[in-house]
Amino acid sequence: MKILICPLNGPRNIAEFTYGGQVKVMPDPKGSTDREWAQYVFYEDSHIGVVQEWWMHTASSYWFIAERHNQTDEVLRTYDPAELFDKAVDRSVAHASKESEPKVHADAQHKDGNA
Amino acid sequence: MPFSLLKFGLNKDYPFEQIADLPPPGALKGRYDVVIIGGGGHGMATAYYLAKHHGVTNIAVLEKAYLGGGNTARNTAVIRSNYLTPEGVRFYSESVKLFERLSNEFDFNIMYSQRGQLTLAHTDATVRAFRQRAEVNKHFGGRTELIDSQAVAELVPTLNMSPAGLPVLAGLWHRDGATARHDAVAWGYAKGATQRGVELHQLTEVTGIDVEAGRVTGVQTNRGRVSCGCVVQAVAGHSAELSRMAGFPLPIVPYPLQAMVTQPVKPFLDPLVSSSALHCYVQQTSRGEIVLGGGSDPYPLYGTRSTLELKESLIASAIDMFPFLSEMRLLRQWAGITDMTSDYSPIMGLSPIDNYYLDAGWGTWGFKATPICGVTMAELIASGGRVPDLIAPFSLDRFDAFRQVNEMGATAASH
Repeated sequence: MKILICPLNGPRNIAEFTYGGQVKVMPDPKGSTDREWAQYVFYEDSHIGVVQEWWMHTASSYWFIAERHNQTDEVLRTYDPAELFDKAVDRSVAHASKESEPKVHADAQHKDGNA
Repeated sequence: MPFSLLKFGLNKDYPFEQIADLPPPGALKGRYDVVIIGGGGHGMATAYYLAKHHGVTNIAVLEKAYLGGGNTARNTAVIRSNYLTPEGVRFYSESVKLFERLSNEFDFNIMYSQRGQLTLAHTDATVRAFRQRAEVNKHFGGRTELIDSQAVAELVPTLNMSPAGLPVLAGLWHRDGATARHDAVAWGYAKGATQRGVELHQLTEVTGIDVEAGRVTGVQTNRGRVSCGCVVQAVAGHSAELSRMAGFPLPIVPYPLQAMVTQPVKPFLDPLVSSSALHCYVQQTSRGEIVLGGGSDPYPLYGTRSTLELKESLIASAIDMFPFLSEMRLLRQWAGITDMTSDYSPIMGLSPIDNYYLDAGWGTWGFKATPICGVTMAELIASGGRVPDLIAPFSLDRFDAFRQVNEMGATAASH
């Protein structure tokens, strides 16, 4: 059994958790091109190394962020999303100023290519 | 085949020289017209058809480990074409037709066995989806029909008709469904390709890709640099990692897929049986082993470790379907890294680099496409980049254009 440390519930069996995809910076939904949006939706940072991911403790519906090595499966750190997101995403206006963007791990950001 | 067999039988001396299938390894040349990265079924098939159909033989297939040792040896060897989209059905149907005559073509037995594949429906919604798949299949010449629960029980008398409390309402019966020995497919292609002059270099790992002005000029390997006219990547689980080396990302996420086999027993199960609700498929190999496979791991990983959770749930589902399997012992278990795309279709054809071709995104559906993949990739390379109609829908730019070929319903857990 693999143990994941939930910031809210402590160490639990990883089977109690749901994987929620990598942490990415959402482009401005109103101002982005189709291509930018496609890059955001379909591309992940798939290089071998530490990635920043959303996880949920299913039983308590609590979402948090984990930093995990995607080859050794070693979880380096788990923390509350408040560390990265200091306010809810405001969907009524175009993407707010740069300061409100979460501090996404450099490795976890999608490296834009010419795909 | 019968004549050579007769000659073989009457021969006093055991003809050893005919048994050596692959030439011994040689030195890497400085330049090849085509470099294929990945010596699995797909890479070898591409080399084989390039040599056979197009007369291109100055080819190096670079394999970091050994021939057919990656996902070619880790899949559960299901051959079928009962997909959902016209693009998918057209493509996989051609593959099924090629598989049917592969043993004769190779003069090498790939143990192809067309027993039919049966997928079980446990809900009304699944029955409706199956009806659609049956109609699409029939339209493209496949032999697929929807059968009722009584016909299912007659086809597979040993099946529990209400596994895990989910009654079998109907089945999608695909007569073209088959299985084959997956290693033999890679070996057959390798034998045919190397006989025509293709070089297979095992234990040769690509460590860098040289790109100048939007064109590949060569690849760096652990055995030195090789310059080349073009490059094909066919590396399954590590597709996105390799494309990064070439300088562009792929919309691929690596998920482990676990499977296992039991000890061999006498034949009792003819068709390949899978359940849409239990995420489990069961088949008996020609050697008598029962192959058990299911869904992918719940989160991405570049690793082939196994987990008890997945094994437990898969075995529980298999025992629900065939209760007497609880008496069996497991022989082996393993995992492969699958290169999953979001629409469960492959990424084939052109890349952002002019002379760099993609054969990726094969997730959990790559083995069945091996022959047609080789044929179409060879055509693409030999023509210098004219994309064959059959693979045009699977281009990389479909993601940017939101033109996905959605095969999730026909692929997930029904390999």
